[in-house]
Amino acid sequence: MEMLGFSAEHSREIIRAVDEAVSNIMRHSYQGRLDQPIEVYCNRLQRRANGETEQGIEILLFDCGPAVDTTKLPARPLDEIRPGGLGLHIIRGSMDTVQYKRAGRLNRLRLVKYARSSKGGCGSAAEKPS
Amino acid sequence: MNISSRRVDKATILDVSGNIDMSNSPEVRKALLREIRDKAVTRVALNLTAVEYIDSSGVASLVEGLKASRESGSRFVLFGLSDSAREVLKISRLLKLFEIYDDETQAIAP
Repeated sequence: MEMLGFSAEHSREIIRAVDEAVSNIMRHSYQGRLDQPIEVYCNRLQRRANGETEQGIEILLFDCGPAVDTTKLPARPLDEIRPGGLGLHIIRGSMDTVQYKRAGRLNRLRLVKYARSSKGGCGSAAEKPS
Repeated sequence: MNISSRRVDKATILDVSGNIDMSNSPEVRKALLREIRDKAVTRVALNLTAVEYIDSSGVASLVEGLKASRESGSRFVLFGLSDSAREVLKISRLLKLFEIYDDETQAIAP
């Protein structure tokens, strides 16, 4: 990730998001079963934003679990002190884009982060795989 | 991950080494609740100097320790956080809820 220009902190955010995503798949999609497949793909992205070319990374995670009901995802408020439901907040807080999609019989989670992005300020830039 | 406890004055220090993740966070939770709830120790300090990574299940265990300490009127403090550990608490918006110190001396100071 360093070769794409990610700082050490942003690299840790990406690792953390992927770790939490895989944990969520194991825990929720596969109900704790450890022998089920998870496919992970990484692509380099490039986009023009503010007159500069930014390098990014796209991570796709596929699993064969039942479709996720996105209305029931545990996006609990963080202003209460109780454990649980933090994984999704960590994923969303770490990446620029978090998209879930049912693709045939698979769940697809798409995570994107740009090396020079600041969260919330990159919605209009067009992205393309390099 | 390894976890061990020792007494220093009136505090219990829990020394943790290795990553705290979904495979071992229940052990951290159990150790914290044993000291805070069962033994009613007045101050429990979690030494995270040798912990590089904490995932959301590890954060949840720390939150349980914090809740238990508030319920029992004891103090639960953290020290020696790595950049990664500090970041995961920050992104979970929990950083300000915990008493966090740089080192052991500060963590157990009266």
